[in-house]
Amino acid sequence: MTQPVLSVRNLEVEFVTRRATLRAINGVSFDIAKGEVLGVVGESGAGKSVTGLAVIRLIDPPGRISAGEIELSGTRIDHLPLEEIRRVRGKRIGMIFQDPLTSLNPLYRIGDQIIETIRTHTSLSESAARRRAIDLLAEVGIPAPEKRIDGYPHEFSGGMRQRVVIALAICAEPELIIADEPTTALDVSVQAQIIALIKRLGRDHGTAVMLVTHDMGVIAETCDRVAVMYSGRIAEIGPVQEVVRNPLHPYARGLMGAIPTLAGEDKRLVQIPGSMPRLSAIPPGCPFNPRCAFAFDRCRVERPEPIRQGTQSVACHLFEPAKETAA
Amino acid sequence: MLAFTLRRLLQAIGVMLAVGVIAFAMFRFAGDPVNQMVSIDTSAAQRAEIRHSLGLDDPVLVQFGRYFINALQFKFGVSYQFRLPVSSLLAERLPATLELSICATVLAMVAGILMGVYSALRRDTILARLFQAISLIGISLPTFLIGILLIYLFAVTLGWLPSFGRGEVVKLGWWSTGLLTVSGWKAIIMPAITLGLFQMTLIMRLVRAEMLEVLRTDYIRFARARGLTTRAIHFGHALKNTLVPVITVAGLQFGSVIAFSIITETVFQWPGMGLLFVQAVQNVDIPIMAAYLLMVSLIFVTINLVVDILYTVVDPRLRSTVSRAA
Repeated sequence: MTQPVLSVRNLEVEFVTRRATLRAINGVSFDIAKGEVLGVVGESGAGKSVTGLAVIRLIDPPGRISAGEIELSGTRIDHLPLEEIRRVRGKRIGMIFQDPLTSLNPLYRIGDQIIETIRTHTSLSESAARRRAIDLLAEVGIPAPEKRIDGYPHEFSGGMRQRVVIALAICAEPELIIADEPTTALDVSVQAQIIALIKRLGRDHGTAVMLVTHDMGVIAETCDRVAVMYSGRIAEIGPVQEVVRNPLHPYARGLMGAIPTLAGEDKRLVQIPGSMPRLSAIPPGCPFNPRCAFAFDRCRVERPEPIRQGTQSVACHLFEPAKETAA
Repeated sequence: MLAFTLRRLLQAIGVMLAVGVIAFAMFRFAGDPVNQMVSIDTSAAQRAEIRHSLGLDDPVLVQFGRYFINALQFKFGVSYQFRLPVSSLLAERLPATLELSICATVLAMVAGILMGVYSALRRDTILARLFQAISLIGISLPTFLIGILLIYLFAVTLGWLPSFGRGEVVKLGWWSTGLLTVSGWKAIIMPAITLGLFQMTLIMRLVRAEMLEVLRTDYIRFARARGLTTRAIHFGHALKNTLVPVITVAGLQFGSVIAFSIITETVFQWPGMGLLFVQAVQNVDIPIMAAYLLMVSLIFVTINLVVDILYTVVDPRLRSTVSRAA
């Protein structure tokens, strides 16, 4: 297998507060290959966005990466000094945020913002950067880019602004794009366009994409693989068809059962009882055990490690081979 | 944009008309000006003659019309105490006040923005905390006290700077400037600091608060995610966004600077309009008081107009809402 574009190993992120140290991410590991789209799903507060921010090192104090390794195409980037990580941001990792309405500086023309980013990362001249900016706007599907380049953000609709944000994220041909809920703030009709755009860009440029979302529909449509996060850990990770059709982790099963389908109209949607624990009160053992219908004694004491199950990997004691034969 | 400017201009004219009425009313309600001008043993016939020569026996509306038309031509009558046209008295004093006010405002803006940006970016350093402490003093100490303290320290104790006056002035046409001589520069330092200190601390606190606010916004986070340099983020993206409220405050404060210069000019015996006004109040010199009122409101109204137009220059969003509304 070729070297993955992004490789995260045992990542831990802590937020040091006056009362306690809260661990938002606890031992997360995953890889993203070239051209692959990895979806990251989970409830609010599961640590999806923090994982994305940790990769690009944008976690603000008091948050910090307390353990683990992040490798971008084979080089470690989790301990780089600030000035060097700045050169990685935007150039090798592009980031797309949730709300396109607030992602762009309202006082600058979009062209100036794109040109500024291009010129920060390349040695292009002003006029060459402008030509490149027009090409980029055309590529992300902005009509009449040579005119729109001189527009201000408020002159664009939400969907168009997200296209501009995407153009900004890809302007230095990054190896990896981190999209943090890129469609959540958009109309449903626009969501599909943006998703298709991200997918096409990933395919055309061989860019690896980490797509953070809580929308299972988006995941099923876009991703090659999916990671289900719960309480700062990956509960299950695997190819998207497998995880959607045959989820293994009880939480993943609950999550898939909560997707409404037109076929099963008469069935009530399955709900997962309870809510995700707060960071300050994560139970010992498996964090899902208080809500899990299959929990047994071991789940309340011992934290499950990821176990391979075919193409999937699941962190659940139910799939412990030794345990299963013993039981 | 043009319609917006015209509308604001009409509003400004309305305000000036209202102020004109008030200025004129001062003549009617601040006692009989003839009594101020004559001695006790002036005969009634002489008094009537003076009254007639000044047009004070005409109907009120006629007097107002005359005052209004004269004011439009910058004729504000003759000062009771100096027996000179008020307009030439004011014109003579105007450069001193404007130079002082502009120096104070420039000082306040430059120092205020620098200190504000520094204390927002390096929030926990000793210097930032010191700035915060100084700003508290600047906001809470009254102007005259600061002026007197400065005089005591730099003029009386150390003897570095003159305690009063403008120093040597150079005539440039009708404009007299103290900014071309060394003694003029020395003389303006303390009054400018005294006058600008309040504005400086205000701007500093405003810039600091706005900057902290802006640094938390999504577009700053996105700018960081794009790998822009810290310098570009702080001074290109963040500072420009903090400047909109700063322009408002600095602009409106410039009017107050001119108005507050009364106190500073008195403390430093600065030969400007403020000092002239204080003398006019002491001697019930109504033409000067009325003209000063008109001048100050004209300055305020002009500044407001300029600030409104400046907004649209800085913030493109207002440009389109303005033209849409028009």
